[in-house]
Amino acid sequence: MKIHEYQGKEILREFGVPTPRGVACFSVEEAVAAAQKLGGNVWVVKAQIHAGGRGKGGGVKVAKSPDEVRRFAGQILGMQLVTHQTGPEGQKVRRLLIEEGAQIVKEFYVGMVVDRGSQRVALLASSEGGMEIEEVAKHSPEKIRTVRIDPVAGLTEAEAAQTARAIGIPDAASGGAVKVLQGLYRAFVEKDAMLAEINPLVLTADNRVLALDAKFNFDSNALYRHPEIVALRDLDEEDPAEIEASKFELSYIQLDGDIGCLVNGAGLAMATMDIIKLYGGNPANFLDVGGGASKEKVTEAFKLMLKNPHLKAILVNIFGGIMKCDVIAEGVVAAAREVHLAVPLVVRLEGTNVELGKKILAESGLPIISGNDMADAAQKVVAAAKGAK
Amino acid sequence: MSILINKDTRVITQGMTGKVGQFHTFHCKQYANGANCFVAGVNPKKVGEQFEGIPVYATVRDAKEATGATVSVIYVPPSGAAAAIDEAVEAELDLVICITEGIPVHDMLKTRYKMQGRRTLLIGPNCPGLITPDEIKIGIMPGHIHKKGRIGVVSRSGTLTYEAVGQLTALGYGQSSCVGIGGDPINGLKHIDVMKLFNDDPETDAVIMVGEIGGSDEEECARWIKANMKKPVVGFIAGVTAPEGKRMGHAGAIISGGQGGANEKLAVMEECGIHITRNPAEMGRTMQKVLKG
Repeated sequence: MKIHEYQGKEILREFGVPTPRGVACFSVEEAVAAAQKLGGNVWVVKAQIHAGGRGKGGGVKVAKSPDEVRRFAGQILGMQLVTHQTGPEGQKVRRLLIEEGAQIVKEFYVGMVVDRGSQRVALLASSEGGMEIEEVAKHSPEKIRTVRIDPVAGLTEAEAAQTARAIGIPDAASGGAVKVLQGLYRAFVEKDAMLAEINPLVLTADNRVLALDAKFNFDSNALYRHPEIVALRDLDEEDPAEIEASKFELSYIQLDGDIGCLVNGAGLAMATMDIIKLYGGNPANFLDVGGGASKEKVTEAFKLMLKNPHLKAILVNIFGGIMKCDVIAEGVVAAAREVHLAVPLVVRLEGTNVELGKKILAESGLPIISGNDMADAAQKVVAAAKGAK
Repeated sequence: MSILINKDTRVITQGMTGKVGQFHTFHCKQYANGANCFVAGVNPKKVGEQFEGIPVYATVRDAKEATGATVSVIYVPPSGAAAAIDEAVEAELDLVICITEGIPVHDMLKTRYKMQGRRTLLIGPNCPGLITPDEIKIGIMPGHIHKKGRIGVVSRSGTLTYEAVGQLTALGYGQSSCVGIGGDPINGLKHIDVMKLFNDDPETDAVIMVGEIGGSDEEECARWIKANMKKPVVGFIAGVTAPEGKRMGHAGAIISGGQGGANEKLAVMEECGIHITRNPAEMGRTMQKVLKG
């Protein structure tokens, strides 16, 4: 689960990481009032959306007067901000962060990830602040310093100080940098994060070290023990179809094709998308109904897929293990009736009680196309989608 | 022979008395030699009770001492599952199979750290388990699609493993053992570990390796295969159509920062001499072609 920059900075401050002072705002008036309250003569007006690359897209502006704050806030609030992470349609800006300006001497990158290879939390740090770490990794990997952290000892003061020196933070600012790195590590572990980035971390003229940005991604499997993180969720930033799916414990991801897929199991669901593409079609979604799909779940899954205006056909691919094929077949028939299904439906069933399941489909009176195996079903659904055009 | 488990394996079930545990313990006990294999359950609140004739003990250590079991399977809910693995490791079992899906990653990081230098191997979490056909099934896979034979199967997915097994069985090829290593980013045995076991198993002739997007375990296994494997390997990777940055169902199935894409994995596997197919319906037939030369 992702959160906004201003929320991430609140978490960082809770763990002793200094940030510029700032106020989250939902209107132009609030933005102007916030600038006046913060005082000073330079403010940064920052669009708050979950995607990165906001500055390049015109979502971050430096204002030198309250009038400029008003003008920039008016421009940014409500805009469709397009970045390399939003897709071409962009993301509507509904919140702003108004921050005091900082006297920046140099910018750095620090981040934390769960490193699969070493099965440790890894600290990544680089002198190349403001750049994406993936780009740095590609073009100048020697500029990234990685520390794999012992979970019992945590990030030690010595490790933090060495890292700070290695990326070029002057010794005069070392104490502040250690505090930032250790605070970031503690926040990462205590809040069950999967990713945390401060990019850029800046050195100021008076040798302070400040987090100028904050990005967090939390482990959705650990949210049950973090109601304070769940409270930060912003549904405006999520795909409405994916929100709807999560209510029914369906794993759903919208894609840009026209063939809906309903599958049990994540690996088989991906493989089903792949085989549709292989036979010349385009999958409209990833949808894993999980191990215990009831009639209700299957019906909701159909409703979700049918909300997609591009949908031309549906492929149901079930390998029944725990899930019996006759139960799924009944669910499919009931769902197709309830939603008055108007697009071609291809069903491939395999596994426990498969004959019974096929019989239920055949006797339903519905125009269901039966697929004998995965390849046959994929070819049939691709043909059906093309015929529907 | 087979890898990791056979008809003589004795198994403790952690979380046997819950709804999921009861359901799968019933089916595992029904399969092949299951009635003799599943000898103990663990629940400190139900000590002395029985389920399907299987006695319940307070701890894994108690269950091990009373029955001589060396393997456990875990159906404990996510919030307690990592602690259940820790308990099995403390009791010095040979192998723990964790079926549970949804364990917090930071819990698994701590558990894996505690497992360093210990004797216990872990399969999973978030996996279907493993089976040696006609001998023993430990996990949630449908037993009846399997057939005893000489092909090994290792996979990160559940139903996609059944798909591979189903294709093999339909073509008349049985399996020596089938291992689901799970879809989580922090897990126990990886493709490479299981591949080494199959390489050393005299009753395995060839292996199907099924992977998916995310991480670099398949690439690591592929490089090991190129240098060491004496048997043919058929490979498939799910997710060539998966978009970057989206978690595809499994916690570990995500392409991030341009890393972990299916095409990159397939390219490395092919370069390392693995017989890859890009069609998930062709895993069995690809194996057939390889074996018939």
